[in-house]
Amino acid sequence: MMRAVVVALLLAIAGAAFAQSSEIAKPDPAIERRMKGLAEELRCLVCQNQTIADSNAPLALDLRNQIRTQIAEGRTDRQIREYMTDRYGDFVLYRPPFKATTAILWVGPFAMVALGVVVFLFVVRRRRAEPAAATVPQERRAELEALLDESGRAEVARPKTD
Amino acid sequence: MRVLKFIIPLVVFAGLVAFFAVGLTRDPREVPSPFIGKAAPEFKLQQLHDAQATFSPEDMRGKVWLLNVWASWCVSCRVEHPLLVEMSRQHVVPIVGLNYKDKRDDGKQWLAKLGNPYAVSAFDVDGLVGIDYGVYGVPETFVIDRQGVIRYKQIGPITPEALEKTILPLVKKLEA
Repeated sequence: MMRAVVVALLLAIAGAAFAQSSEIAKPDPAIERRMKGLAEELRCLVCQNQTIADSNAPLALDLRNQIRTQIAEGRTDRQIREYMTDRYGDFVLYRPPFKATTAILWVGPFAMVALGVVVFLFVVRRRRAEPAAATVPQERRAELEALLDESGRAEVARPKTD
Repeated sequence: MRVLKFIIPLVVFAGLVAFFAVGLTRDPREVPSPFIGKAAPEFKLQQLHDAQATFSPEDMRGKVWLLNVWASWCVSCRVEHPLLVEMSRQHVVPIVGLNYKDKRDDGKQWLAKLGNPYAVSAFDVDGLVGIDYGVYGVPETFVIDRQGVIRYKQIGPITPEALEKTILPLVKKLEA
């Protein structure tokens, strides 16, 4: 008896949770899948750092429904994206199209990497060109070695003083 | 060479400062509207005060007018409302309301209480016309010319500054 009550209760809760997770009465799985795919690529204008798929803003809900309707009407993904950019501009697309105004956005990072590589190669080549050891004049060698010896000794001595 | 070592980072830094000086003072919420210079989307809606009568932008052909998107639930609409009421009192320019995703009684009461600056309000209960106008932050105001072309869009409440500096001069220019 007790078990039956618990099971019934759990089922009711699960049912409620399930009903809440879908925002329309009879979701068609195929439409929902396509809608999600599209909505995840669209920016919610009200809460700008969320996608239309993630946002709970009323406008996002309206736009999700708009996408559903248009999918049911047989419009292509491309047409639906156009519908959105006609109204909200390229800004709604998380992947903006390549245009004169967005060129710096697309090319910029690659240009920076290329610049970095060029600078790196330049520096490496210059370093290789100047032989490091040969630049110390012979008469100062002894002086340098003495200094190195001293610091070497200091290094060894230090742990003992601790 | 030594001078270059000093100058290159300085130039890069100056470039960054200039970039941020422009970028950080911009409002990221102000999305450039794709509507400027395009025909105002057609629609036909019931009027807020008379469900039998309709309103369509076609009705305003030949006039310069404002389309102001508002709702009784919208807090910032209250901020700009006195300005609209004052404009209508002075007959500056006809203002048409688009009552966006509102309840009819709430909308009517709101206007009864705060004053009705609108020549007419169209009743967009499901917000579909709002979507066609790319509305995402009520209030929004469109300036529409005699040919029915959108010339300007104000996102958020009309400030006295925007009114004086942008909207009124534009209306005067379009009416001339």
